[in-house]
Amino acid sequence: MAEPARARPKPTPETQHFWDGTQAGELRLQRCDVCANVYFPPRPFCPSCASRKVSVFKASGKGKLYSYVINHRPAAPGFTPPYAIAVVELDEGPRMMSNIIDCPQTPEALELDMKLEVAFEKLDDKITLPMFRPAKG
Amino acid sequence: MRRNQVAVVGAAETTELGVIPNVSQIQLHADAALNAIADAGLKLSDIDGIATAVETPQQIAHYLGITPTWVDGTSVGGCSFMLHVRHAAAAIEAGLCKTVLITHAESGKSMIGKLPRSIPADSLQGQFEAPFGIYGPPSMFPIPVLRYMKTYGITHEQIAMVAVVQREWAAKNPRAMMKDPITVADVLNSRMIAYPFRLLQCCLVTDGGGALILTSADRARDFPRKPVYILGTGESVETPMVSQMETFNSSRAFKVAGPTAFKEAGITHKDVDHLMIYDAFAHLPLYGLGDLGFMPHEETGKFIADGNTRPGGKLPLNTNGGGLSYMHSGMYGMYALQESVRQMRGIAPAQVKDAKISVCHGVGGMFAASGTIIFTNEK
Repeated sequence: MAEPARARPKPTPETQHFWDGTQAGELRLQRCDVCANVYFPPRPFCPSCASRKVSVFKASGKGKLYSYVINHRPAAPGFTPPYAIAVVELDEGPRMMSNIIDCPQTPEALELDMKLEVAFEKLDDKITLPMFRPAKG
Repeated sequence: MRRNQVAVVGAAETTELGVIPNVSQIQLHADAALNAIADAGLKLSDIDGIATAVETPQQIAHYLGITPTWVDGTSVGGCSFMLHVRHAAAAIEAGLCKTVLITHAESGKSMIGKLPRSIPADSLQGQFEAPFGIYGPPSMFPIPVLRYMKTYGITHEQIAMVAVVQREWAAKNPRAMMKDPITVADVLNSRMIAYPFRLLQCCLVTDGGGALILTSADRARDFPRKPVYILGTGESVETPMVSQMETFNSSRAFKVAGPTAFKEAGITHKDVDHLMIYDAFAHLPLYGLGDLGFMPHEETGKFIADGNTRPGGKLPLNTNGGGLSYMHSGMYGMYALQESVRQMRGIAPAQVKDAKISVCHGVGGMFAASGTIIFTNEK
């Protein structure tokens, strides 16, 4: 029997550009053309001013560790505990949930506000997940 | 909404609480409803309004044989019942119905007749949270707490004290699931669930239910029980995704619901004799104390650690033992409301002497929603 797999996101028409972006090695956000608000998760209008004039752009992929838990039990399918579930604050402003890779999953190593950079992890042929690792330098 | 126009005239929990493997979820609803109807001295045919969450109003109406003229299926998580109280009070005042039954029950432990909760893969949560290993509330609800601790200088020991103090209350309650005293060391040495939270900082998982009956204050005087009046109410929602909260230093839903209820009630914090803050996890009372305006967030940890909320303290909090020690079937808001009503009736196992105003504050989802009800026993 195959190992239980990690929950797989299923893109919608409004989020497809984000998942196309991760496939292409880009973290894509949206910015309002009217009020310049940068927001996430994706939607085809600005949640701040309601304008439908919004643009997709490539984000820097840089951010910092806003908060996290280190999950011990129960573990989600496809995960080996303990593993950190993190919320990353992107330099552009929005926050997103992710995992921290290339880093011990311990309170000592996972310091709040540590600098992070995006890393892309291929889940299958169609989905690549945005992960984060401690920033170099 | 006007103050004291609507009252709770019936309140009861299921006959048993805890592990109830021989009763299905819908029957737990019925058991609580029948107990509440008996408590109010009513017949099922007197009920013309129904509110419930997760289960639908039509399921409850059909199962109990009620023909309502008003229903509310608001289902925003564990505080849904606070919102039902608020909506029911408005509906009664507007003349849409006369006597409302609010039911909650969950076969949270035994899972008899309970639909599994799942996150659709094409929802925003399914796309932008589920792939990163969230798996049930313990993996999600504590995510903000490390940021909160860093911002306000709250310690692990202070948050552990939430569980210690609530166990002190539970020890006075024969129906509490966990009654043995615990220490800060016990909490901080209990099994790790999702750092920084350990087993004793996470709510119980049990079976049970509760029901409330509301009617107009004018009619309430004719009922067998001492009426408990609705003095003020508030509600709000923020986001179903914990990662997308405006800030982890506060709950926006709390900050709308709580102050709205205080303003409507026309009371200040020093008027509060008794307080319930839904404690799915040990950080919730801290957020509640801060966001409801009892004190700055910086002081919440010390306030609890210093014993101000324990039996004999100046602000009795979660006097049934809370979700951490009393019971938690999945949507605890109903049990917080039940304890507020008991306190206002003067019949709580750990009764706060001469309590006249009780604030009952609920959370739904992972800070997704909030409802606050302020009760009084004086018209």
